[in-house]
Amino acid sequence: MAGLAARHLLGLAEMEAEEINLVLETARPMAGVMERPIKKVPTLRGKVLVTLFYEPSTRTRVSFELAAKYMGADTVSIAPATSSVVKGENLRDTVQTLEALGADMVVVRHQTAGVPGQLAGWLSRTVVVNAGDGMHEHPTQGLLDLFTIREEKGRLVGLEVAIIGDILHSRVARSDIWGLTKMGARVRVAGPATLLPPGLEKMGAQVYHRLEPALEGADVVIALRLQQERQRQGLLPSLREYAASFGLTPGRLALAKPDVLLMHPGPVNRGVELAAELVDAPCSAINRQVTNGVAVRMAVLYLLLGGG
Amino acid sequence: MNPIVSLLIKGGRVIDPASGMDQEPADVLVLEGKIARVGCDLPAPAGARVVDASGRIVAPGLVDMHVHLREPGYEHKETIATGTRAAAMGGITSLVCMPNTDPPADNPGTLAWIAARARETGAARVWPAGCITKGRRGEELAEMASLAAAGAVAFSDDGFPVARAGVMRRALEYAGSLGRVVISHCEDPDLAGGGVMHEGYWSTVLGLVGMPAAAEEVMVAREIILARLTGQRVHLAHLSTGLSAAMVRRAREEGLPVTAEVTPHHLALSDAAVAGYDTSTKVNPPLRPQEDVEALRQALAGGVVQVIASDHAPHAAQEKEQDFDQVPFGISGVETMLPVVATVLVKSGLLAWSRALAAMTVKPARILGLPVGTLEPGALADITLIDPELEMVVDRDRFVSLGHNSPFHGWKLSGWPVMTIVGGEIVMDGRQLLS
Ligand SMILES: [Zn+2]
Ligand SMILES: [Zn+2]
Repeated sequence: MAGLAARHLLGLAEMEAEEINLVLETARPMAGVMERPIKKVPTLRGKVLVTLFYEPSTRTRVSFELAAKYMGADTVSIAPATSSVVKGENLRDTVQTLEALGADMVVVRHQTAGVPGQLAGWLSRTVVVNAGDGMHEHPTQGLLDLFTIREEKGRLVGLEVAIIGDILHSRVARSDIWGLTKMGARVRVAGPATLLPPGLEKMGAQVYHRLEPALEGADVVIALRLQQERQRQGLLPSLREYAASFGLTPGRLALAKPDVLLMHPGPVNRGVELAAELVDAPCSAINRQVTNGVAVRMAVLYLLLGGG
Repeated sequence: MNPIVSLLIKGGRVIDPASGMDQEPADVLVLEGKIARVGCDLPAPAGARVVDASGRIVAPGLVDMHVHLREPGYEHKETIATGTRAAAMGGITSLVCMPNTDPPADNPGTLAWIAARARETGAARVWPAGCITKGRRGEELAEMASLAAAGAVAFSDDGFPVARAGVMRRALEYAGSLGRVVISHCEDPDLAGGGVMHEGYWSTVLGLVGMPAAAEEVMVAREIILARLTGQRVHLAHLSTGLSAAMVRRAREEGLPVTAEVTPHHLALSDAAVAGYDTSTKVNPPLRPQEDVEALRQALAGGVVQVIASDHAPHAAQEKEQDFDQVPFGISGVETMLPVVATVLVKSGLLAWSRALAAMTVKPARILGLPVGTLEPGALADITLIDPELEMVVDRDRFVSLGHNSPFHGWKLSGWPVMTIVGGEIVMDGRQLLS
């Protein structure tokens, strides 16, 4: 395979295993660039990347911007909620304006599923990267999770990966399920019944309503962030009860394989989905996920902008 | 313009489901706006315009009992003029317009204004529905007797359900005493939970908030129980699930006065069509899984569901270019209702032409008590000619309706209307609107 089949990166559901593999392979030398004293390669010099974040997320935006800068691209960030450039403009006008201004890539985060795909349909030249759309997908997070697991475990095939928590609202869970199953890992999901949407089995995951059996013998455990508002929405009696039933503790994690890898897309609610001491525990890859995120995004940028 | 005094439609396949007629070749003679005779080799009166209908189906003008014309209040979406012209393009000669305008038709003044406006600007007959409750708030009954006197042919809070069962009970009793049917939009708002599509595999994959089939089904069950309690008629709008249809079948077997309609889009599309996020697939009730689509087709074929209605819900282009959560629900449906039904149900062999046409003519006319939907001598000369072989690709950008929100864009459909006659006057001929 020479490159990615699609012009845009919208989700892992649409990607073939060879394409995912290509991104992961490309990310390895990128991680090397980040370890240099001068983190700069001229690969994307002259390219312009715009981050268009309708929903604020400093972590993801900075990760993309650093990835672009390390490769020599110029970046502009737009927060439509505050920017007069696009305030009140409809989606189509906004991206077509950005294209007319010369943007080579728009990295978009939106609270509604499907927006990156809609934008891609209205553009003729500019490339769209989905940085998280509603409950749909967060493909670069999914890719960095795959990359982290493969770096730590040396493989993906045959691994037992448990994803714990609010699957219903998690775009990360969806990207992880698609990516992991395509790459040959087995995925288990566990959470309160009110936070498990229908159809997860059809997506390829095994569904558990209790934490313990999902953890048993797992190679990797991914905890998801639980939002406070789930209680107000009537989906949970209380965060306390959630923590008591599904919160990860060292004792519970002992059910997994001895060399279990613990991951979390961040930011962590300490004491809710994870016991505070687990965040920095030896089994935790949470900080390395952040570092790997930049490398994987460099790979994505390179493959979508630099390859041709 | 001068109405044509007499018209002879010659040599077509005349299908009149009201009388059970399906004959070819046969002629239809129209005199002074009424059907004069139907038979073989009718002589043309002097000065009559003769229409060659060979190879065409000659049917009663279609009756679409569920249309949103948007005027007054939302003229950027549709007007009575544009909506009825679009209907005429779709072979529809009579339509019921829903009262969720601004102001809503919850008072006789607004309803009479709509009726008058339709007489002035309408290209098809418009039969307005009035609101069930004041302001469509589901609390106090609207002045139904006054609305009926002003021309309301039915009552509905469509778009909103009547959430309180006690209010619905009184509405059925009161409307029933006026000889009017209540049309229920079956949706439990709490269960629907702000969903934007059907809750199932596809809502999970697409990451959109789902509304479960149960949101419709618990209300269908409620309306059937209230029909039993009151003994009054209830018509269930846009049925979308197999369980809803099963409950209606049971109710009808029991002899309860329950009727139901289904839309062309619920007969033709499943929730898989939402993949790709075409905002034209956002509709309420939502597109359902394929097994529901099959169940609805069977319910229609078996007579459990009597009516096909478009639920024409046009929106401005700008409104459909928002993100999926923001986009309003609805499909612009009058221009594609007939060819979708012809292609998906008739051409596929599931439904005979006479049955399909019954669901769009005499069945809704009888439920509403309208003097249309038949070719019997003496009836109003509302006639639609259909070319069952005509194949065309749907181009929503060429819709007559101001609403271009169609999920059928790019579909190759056959069985298009080629002439629409309202009261003996030709309003559409050869896919062109006249005047
Ligand atoms: Zn409705
Ligand atoms: Zn409606």
